[in-house]
Amino acid sequence: MNSKHGLCGVLVLASVSALALGSQQSSAPVTAPTKPVAPANHAVQHQDDGQRVFQQHCSRCHTAPDGFSPRISGTIVRHMRVRASLSGQEEEELLRFFNP
Amino acid sequence: MLRLHLDLTPLASAHAFRCSIFVAAILASAYHGAAQDTPLISGGVGFFTSTNGGMTTYLPIVEPLIAAPLGQHVLIESRAALLEIFSPDGSHRPGYDHKHFIGLTYLQGDYIASRHLTLVGGDFLIPFNTYNDRLSPIWIGNFQDGPLIASLGTFSSGSGLGGMVRGYAIARNKYSIDYAYFYSVPSSNEQFSAQRGTGGRASLYLPDQRLEAGLSYDRLLQGRHENFFGAHVWWEPKDTAFRLRSEFGRGQHAQGYWVEADYRTQAFGGLDSAIGRIEPVIRMQQTFRIDTIASDGLPPVNTERADFGLDYNLPHNTRILTSYARQLSVNGNHNVWETGIVYRFLAPAWKGRQ
Repeated sequence: MNSKHGLCGVLVLASVSALALGSQQSSAPVTAPTKPVAPANHAVQHQDDGQRVFQQHCSRCHTAPDGFSPRISGTIVRHMRVRASLSGQEEEELLRFFNP
Repeated sequence: MLRLHLDLTPLASAHAFRCSIFVAAILASAYHGAAQDTPLISGGVGFFTSTNGGMTTYLPIVEPLIAAPLGQHVLIESRAALLEIFSPDGSHRPGYDHKHFIGLTYLQGDYIASRHLTLVGGDFLIPFNTYNDRLSPIWIGNFQDGPLIASLGTFSSGSGLGGMVRGYAIARNKYSIDYAYFYSVPSSNEQFSAQRGTGGRASLYLPDQRLEAGLSYDRLLQGRHENFFGAHVWWEPKDTAFRLRSEFGRGQHAQGYWVEADYRTQAFGGLDSAIGRIEPVIRMQQTFRIDTIASDGLPPVNTERADFGLDYNLPHNTRILTSYARQLSVNGNHNVWETGIVYRFLAPAWKGRQ
């Protein structure tokens, strides 16, 4: 086994494991909501802010994934914080957008 | 950019072991993160076909990505590519030959000091123009082929080994300017091959107009000490699913540009309707050779190419990509037919805390 096989093997094995675990998750997957359903005004504002952050930063390069576990929403947002240089406040707004 | 490695020389297995331990340690050390900060495994699985001049090539590919936050300010991330190419033997002989490629695309650590400053260390994608570090994942690109000028300014491997700073120089409600500056050291390591060079990118973004324009420059500090210049303009009008992206790149020996537009209609039940999932794509590109030194990965002669694509965005993060391209040059004109399907996966690396 050489270095490529070692490191990439870990990534592939981890991917397969993650897919298997993902299929066993009991928590509902997060979907990027487009319209909030009758929430309070401040919640609507948070949703709007989060949606604005998503549209102005994330969706410049890619569309929203269909759904994902709420356990990784923070990691996704952290990743986007690096990629799109989000502020701490925008990070929170995006996190609320993913977890209304 | 995908880094391909063909010759699988038997390097020291100790190095492979160290790499494996390193990745495992990253994931393990992130285990105690907050409930929403579980490390993730993402990426794309694809199967592509390309018919060029009557010869069809098949390409199954996996691009896994891991991201693991450590505390509130640190993120470790990496992407790799594993693929197999099945191509005709050629010379009118029956049968197919196949080769496999395995490569690490990048492996970097990020320290987020503020929105104005993020420190990046490790093996990172070179921020020259936009394709290399923003559009190259197979689950993002609208075509399975990258643009003809994708190799300009990316130092052959597409990645640098060293450090990078990035962030917003100015962030206002009406406009913002972001920057990225890197310095790369030379490395002949099989996984982290890089060349000595430096450069960066600055972009202006107007959120109301959804308009982005940027300039890139980098310089190779070894060998021929070449300079590369780039410019990009993106326009994605608000409340539409129309996107216009373009880049221009100029190197020491060649230059070129590409313009790409794609659109999804919302007029027939929104983007998630059967019609709204259809995505026509068009890309026009040209390359111009300045001299005969073809060391930059661009075609050896002036080339024009038009790509016409029709993608379909299936539910559950799956895309079908189809396209026809006509490539014109003095070396001959030919058609390229491409089809493919890509599934994007995204899941926790393990079950984690609820």
